[in-house]
Amino acid sequence: MLIRALHDEGVDLIFGYPGGAVLHIYDAIFRQDRIEHILVRHEQAATHAADGYARATGKPGVVLVTSGPGATNAITGIATAYMDSIPMVVISGQVESRLIGTDGFQETDMVGISRPIVKHSFMVQHASEIPMMVKKAFHIATTGRPGPVVIDIPKDVTDPKLKLPYEYPADIKMRSYAVPGKGHSGQIKKAVDALLGAKRPMIYAGGGVIQGEGAALLTELTRKLGYPITNTLMGLGAYPASDKQFLGMLGMHGTYEANMAMHYCDVLLGIGVRFDDRVTNSDTSKFCPDATILHVDIDPASISKTVAADVPIVGSVTAVLEEMIECLDQAEQKVDEDALSSWWDQIGKWREKDSLGVTAHTNGVIKPQQVVQALHRITKGDAYVSTDVGQHQMFAAQYYGFDKPRRWINSGGLGTMGFGLPAAMGVQLAFRDAVSVCVTGEGSFQMNLQEFATCMQYNLPVKIICLNNQSLGMVRQWQDMQYGGRYSHSTYAESLPDFVKLAEAYGHVGIRIEKLDDLDAKLEEAFAYKDKLVFVDVRVDPEEHVYPMAIKGGAMKDMILSKTERT
Amino acid sequence: MRRIISLLMENEPGALSRVVGLFSQRSYNIDSLTVAPTEDNSLSRLTVVTNGDERKIEQITKHLNKVVDVVKLVDLSEGAHIERELLLIKVKAVGAQRAEIQRMADIFRAQIVDITPSAYSIQLTGTSEKLDAFIAAQAENTVMEVARTGVCGIARGEKVLSL
Ligand SMILES: Cc1ncc(C[n+]2csc(CCOP(=O)(O)OP(=O)(O)O)c2C)c(N)n1
Ligand SMILES: [Mg+2]
Repeated sequence: MLIRALHDEGVDLIFGYPGGAVLHIYDAIFRQDRIEHILVRHEQAATHAADGYARATGKPGVVLVTSGPGATNAITGIATAYMDSIPMVVISGQVESRLIGTDGFQETDMVGISRPIVKHSFMVQHASEIPMMVKKAFHIATTGRPGPVVIDIPKDVTDPKLKLPYEYPADIKMRSYAVPGKGHSGQIKKAVDALLGAKRPMIYAGGGVIQGEGAALLTELTRKLGYPITNTLMGLGAYPASDKQFLGMLGMHGTYEANMAMHYCDVLLGIGVRFDDRVTNSDTSKFCPDATILHVDIDPASISKTVAADVPIVGSVTAVLEEMIECLDQAEQKVDEDALSSWWDQIGKWREKDSLGVTAHTNGVIKPQQVVQALHRITKGDAYVSTDVGQHQMFAAQYYGFDKPRRWINSGGLGTMGFGLPAAMGVQLAFRDAVSVCVTGEGSFQMNLQEFATCMQYNLPVKIICLNNQSLGMVRQWQDMQYGGRYSHSTYAESLPDFVKLAEAYGHVGIRIEKLDDLDAKLEEAFAYKDKLVFVDVRVDPEEHVYPMAIKGGAMKDMILSKTERT
Repeated sequence: MRRIISLLMENEPGALSRVVGLFSQRSYNIDSLTVAPTEDNSLSRLTVVTNGDERKIEQITKHLNKVVDVVKLVDLSEGAHIERELLLIKVKAVGAQRAEIQRMADIFRAQIVDITPSAYSIQLTGTSEKLDAFIAAQAENTVMEVARTGVCGIARGEKVLSL
């Protein structure tokens, strides 16, 4: 009944791992061929893979795990999806109804444990509820501000001996759940007026634009206005990075020009963003001191949460953007071209700082930034890039330059090490012929490397680019900057595995790159293996830091630009 | 600022823990909380007394509205409203004190609902302030036990919280 309901919901792929409480369900999977099941090697990886699939496609990822340890292993992945508003449905087995509350074997209160990190959860009490709950779960997970939904199912409820009439509901009504649609027209008009009246405008777009499929409309609006735009870490790809109006990413490791333009703007349009502390810097009283703030989001609770909005607009990004464009076309007032051109002059001066400039070492040591630049060249900027968390993630965000939405797959909100490889698997399963790259660090990679085996089983030719700095680089960077270089438990060079041999042990290809001169040729070699997973172990300069970096407690204009320069 | 928020939610398992969990998760205060089914058995009414500045209250109501089980919500303290709380209190009552307690109960319009040779159990309804005052008025070291329900409330006039 469950599998049938999932099929009727349009699910064709499930990531999971079996166990006692879900054996009835696994038997049902065995006896059908409409839904493909991917057997991961750890439940955390199932959730990240489903998450990667969801980020790349926009469709909900589906996960199936057993009770107890299966469910708890899934928690990190659920939290990761929750923080980044990713649609996901997690089905967890539960002990038999009669055992619930008795500390039965492999019993955990999954609904309770997951409560703060799900959009909603269901506990099935009777098999007859399954179709409706599945329908509701997918509806809730995918609409409004998306998020993960858990369905906890006691084993007896999936007993095949229960024969019940089955009908999948065509639609649902939920009196307690409404999805915001259009924005308030008066507010939209106000926002457009404010934008047109701006002398130093700035557009700040985030993950909500990608999730809400608003990238094309955002690009149209931004081009019509001719205004500068920045994307958040979650929003990369919402506006083409190669376009001249794009100032790069903003925030803690954002470009000099993006953060300066944020600080000095007089009208700020925030769209699909949440004014996160990694953007605003910790003290919001210093944030955009001169700006009238226009904030568009589908989640009313995101608006005025950390930074008060002058013009709040609740609605779906597509509906609001469409109406803004319409409003703009009809407006009598025109963009103040003189003011705009002096604003662009100012931005041009900030750009001259070239805050992402990379000076090559003369001794052949590879800088991590150069690897990402080479990756961009070789993949023609058209790969799906998943990452783990750390310096390598920031380098990928800063240097890859995403021109399309849904190409950049990273754990922004939770910052989960171990996300990269399983997410890249999910992407590869969604798009079998696409280039799915995982940019990782040797630290993060070891958190889910068992998925090498899953990639072998399902022939997933993911390309793993490991920026191996032989340390927990991001931790080390903070220790350099704030703890007098005391590397407390952030280095382990002597105990690193031989990643090339490790890849080979799983039946994959391993390549090591140690010299700058070999970088391009060996990377090309890696990408020439069309049908094989290749692990590229790139030895990079361990001393390198990620810059620019926001100065703690400062405003957005306060940045450290290099080891020797600050604003 | 003290606020009284009343809401209707699905009378379903897990609904209450989602609402309460929200408060602890986002470190909002709960001064009191009452919950019971309404005339429509599929709905529960929950009343929570909390405090915080305008911004915080706005966040609380927005987040409560987001909880999937919450159907409708009202901030009663935004308008004229009636609030009541029930107190059950057990006090030592011996000798001359017995008459004194009786008198005080009369003044507060409280009722003595159970007696033993050495104790009275008294019931009192009213605003939380009135209940506080009644407890404070008891003679030193005579209070044996206090049970309060927490506030429930309703708007004055024609305004109703219903579907
Ligand atoms: C699961 C988890 N544990 C700890 C952290 C804290 N953390 C953030 S970055 C980082 C270092 C990552 O090292 P590595 O993967 O080698 O990347 P690098 O910074 O060296 O590029 C750590 C430990 C985290 N984000 N996630
Ligand atoms: Mg590292």
